[in-house]
Amino acid sequence: MTDQNKVDRRSFLRTGIAAGGTLVIGLHLPIGVNAKGWPDEAEPADTLEPNAFIRISKDGKLTVRIGQAEMGQGVLTSLAMIVADELEIDWPNVSYETVGADPAFNNPLFGFQGTGGSTSVRGFYTPLRKAAASTREILVAAAAAEWGVDAGGCKAASGKVTHSASGRSAGYGELFEAAAKLTPPAEPKLKDPKDFKLIGKAAKRLDTPMKSDGTAEFGIDVRLPGMLVAQVLRCPVFGGKPGKIDDGAAKAVAGVHAIVPLDYGVGIVADSFWAARRGRQALKVEWDEGANAGVSTEAIYKEFSEAAARETGKEARKEGDVAAAKPTAAKSLEADYFTPYLAHATMEPMNCTADVRADGCDIYVGTQFQGFTQMAAAGMTGLAPDKVKVHNKMLGGGFGRRAALDFVTDAVMLSKAVKKPVKVIWTREDDTQHDLYRPATFHKLSAGLDAAGKPLYWQHKLVNPSIMASFFPDAPSEGVDDSSVEGAANIAYEIPNISVDWVRKEAGVPIGFWRSVGNSHTAFVVESFLDELAHEAGRDPLEFRLSLLEKDKKKAAILRLAAEKAGWGKPAGEGIFRGIAICESFASTVAEVAEVSVSKSGAVKVHRVVCAVDCGQVVNPDTVAAQMEGGIVYGLTAVLYGQIDVEGGKVRQTNFNNYKMLRMNEMPKVEVHIVPSNEAPGGVGEPGTPPIAAAVTNAVFAATGKRIRRLPINPSDLAS
Amino acid sequence: MAKLTVNNKEYEVSSDPSTPLLWVLRDELGLTGTKYGCGIAQCGSCTVHMDGKPVRSCITFLRSASGKKITTIEGLAGDQPHPLQKAWVEKDVPQCGYCQSGQIMAAAALLEKGKKPSDAEIDSAMSGIVCRCGTYNRIREAIKLAAMGGEGGE
Repeated sequence: MTDQNKVDRRSFLRTGIAAGGTLVIGLHLPIGVNAKGWPDEAEPADTLEPNAFIRISKDGKLTVRIGQAEMGQGVLTSLAMIVADELEIDWPNVSYETVGADPAFNNPLFGFQGTGGSTSVRGFYTPLRKAAASTREILVAAAAAEWGVDAGGCKAASGKVTHSASGRSAGYGELFEAAAKLTPPAEPKLKDPKDFKLIGKAAKRLDTPMKSDGTAEFGIDVRLPGMLVAQVLRCPVFGGKPGKIDDGAAKAVAGVHAIVPLDYGVGIVADSFWAARRGRQALKVEWDEGANAGVSTEAIYKEFSEAAARETGKEARKEGDVAAAKPTAAKSLEADYFTPYLAHATMEPMNCTADVRADGCDIYVGTQFQGFTQMAAAGMTGLAPDKVKVHNKMLGGGFGRRAALDFVTDAVMLSKAVKKPVKVIWTREDDTQHDLYRPATFHKLSAGLDAAGKPLYWQHKLVNPSIMASFFPDAPSEGVDDSSVEGAANIAYEIPNISVDWVRKEAGVPIGFWRSVGNSHTAFVVESFLDELAHEAGRDPLEFRLSLLEKDKKKAAILRLAAEKAGWGKPAGEGIFRGIAICESFASTVAEVAEVSVSKSGAVKVHRVVCAVDCGQVVNPDTVAAQMEGGIVYGLTAVLYGQIDVEGGKVRQTNFNNYKMLRMNEMPKVEVHIVPSNEAPGGVGEPGTPPIAAAVTNAVFAATGKRIRRLPINPSDLAS
Repeated sequence: MAKLTVNNKEYEVSSDPSTPLLWVLRDELGLTGTKYGCGIAQCGSCTVHMDGKPVRSCITFLRSASGKKITTIEGLAGDQPHPLQKAWVEKDVPQCGYCQSGQIMAAAALLEKGKKPSDAEIDSAMSGIVCRCGTYNRIREAIKLAAMGGEGGE
């Protein structure tokens, strides 16, 4: 842990949301809470604001106020659609407004304001519908009272209330005065899904025009009067500190204003990014590398694999009696699997702008956690939290990385030091080498088949660190971190004897939430080993899975849909082979079939991915498709290229030249098939990622007979 | 002071001639539509046009940009959005949107050649521009849509 994390830890403590290491689940529905209390915001007289989320103007235009962060997942559009549909306002009259840190916008599934875990639609679907429906009801009640008719005979549609019997009609704007005097009902009548006009139908994203003409403002684009631009030179070794600093030459660089020592690095504050870079190049720092100077991924992998053999771990799932079943198996199979550290590599490098003054502080940033950002800045400046205003900007990718506060710490500390607004920009190298990485993981598996070829037992031991404990360090260390075993402990396959155990191993490499978190590695392992078992039993991988999902009709249907659309069982084309995998995560289930060819030199080409998703009630089907496409690419990049190596406590990879990204010429065709459903919405931002790794490596096995048990794929292992 | 022509406007800029064009655009001229992604010409987020050709502004120094005609995403549209920008909206291409200025500028240079690009030509022109959100298939569709004058498309 570096000192910057101590600042974060204090702030986390003060928010008091992480007790017990689990996220507090609480529903905060600010019906009847007017936005009057908003700092620096006058309440316009010509609008109706029945709750924190909704503002309707006299001309019937709806502004939906949104506290979730837009990082590409389309949340601004999806949440606005939910409100507009229930409120009966036509889509062209709908816009959004983003808000900063405010508990009125706490994520109902977290109990604090945050965007992650594919929760935005899941968490806000019902609260927003209620907020909108209660607004609709007071508008209808106001019209009925005005006309002296029964509200039951009035109908809201297209921003108007109409009484069909009398033919009377009034726009929402005409009803404000009377409606504002009414108390919105806490339990309004929600629309029947068959009457949805927007929900479930593809709407154009509200943020596409500004993302196509350069006007979308990301955190890195913020410009304030008198603002300086800074970089932070961090100790290359995790957790190291600056020792002797020779800043003579750096200070002499034109445009450099100040060199600011921090606990974990040195800030170079300048007129511009480029001046800061020159200053940085001229800066000489001797580092106190600290306890992590000997950390290497090679040693970590060795320790993980030895720990798997040595330690029992904590029980994450137990069914039947694996030990008793083992000797009765007709066939047994054992395998070790391994996945590496991964960087998030958002296209927008980490950055933050802070303006720390004696009377308050403004933070301009793209963050997934506005509330924690506010608390952290309050902790560092000594200001009351309400004096810290967070301005959340567009996030140039999040994927879990922007749940952290290290970049906020940089900006606040430097602005505090130089008493001017400071924008900190991380270089790509900083971003790659000082990420909070998806942890490396080791998996030891064994399974047995009975004489009929049916799985008799399944044993899975996982070795990895606890991400929750690293984010919430004061959480008790008892129990199992669900994010370490999700996707493994909850496998749906009907096997009579199952044991899943977790060996927690901390390793000195900073870790964090990476798109789909635990599922990003467990789905690869579970779905690969199950494929091994199918092969051992001499059965078709799809048919074998279906035989183990006789009770889980839903998952079976999703598998069948993906398989049928992909043409499973029919030839895929010359030299092309298929693999299949499925994973339930974030309340959605996704099955994917990958079509892959392997060249003589072992190069893997993915030609097509067919995806079937059941994510409950869909809000915007085009967004679901886009998130599946994006989740697949994110996972595929990791399968083919993703690996962060640490040596001497330092990350070896630096930039996109050696931490490779999937590119246009490698992009497979992607087809997304959505299962129609009116069940509660599931997540879509992450669930597309988990199945792709095994879908691809299972296809590689079909193509080559070679089983990939370690990611990323190493083509030389596949050369024929 | 160096002279710089950006989006048909003449500027006198005070940045050192060895400053990359990217940072002159962003920090001195306030044209923040052009993005920083890697600084070493690996991701293409910083793509702008120099005399009509796509260049990586992160490795194009002010001294070599001076006297040339620079076009950034802010200068791409005329009175109407560029056909690519319309196609981007039609296909709802962006997710996070950060790389899209670079994607559109690279695509615009491809379409400047005045032809309907094949898949191979699209790959060749576009594979230098990284999108971490995975919007590549929509980019391809939008380019084809724009190339056909906004009619049809895949």
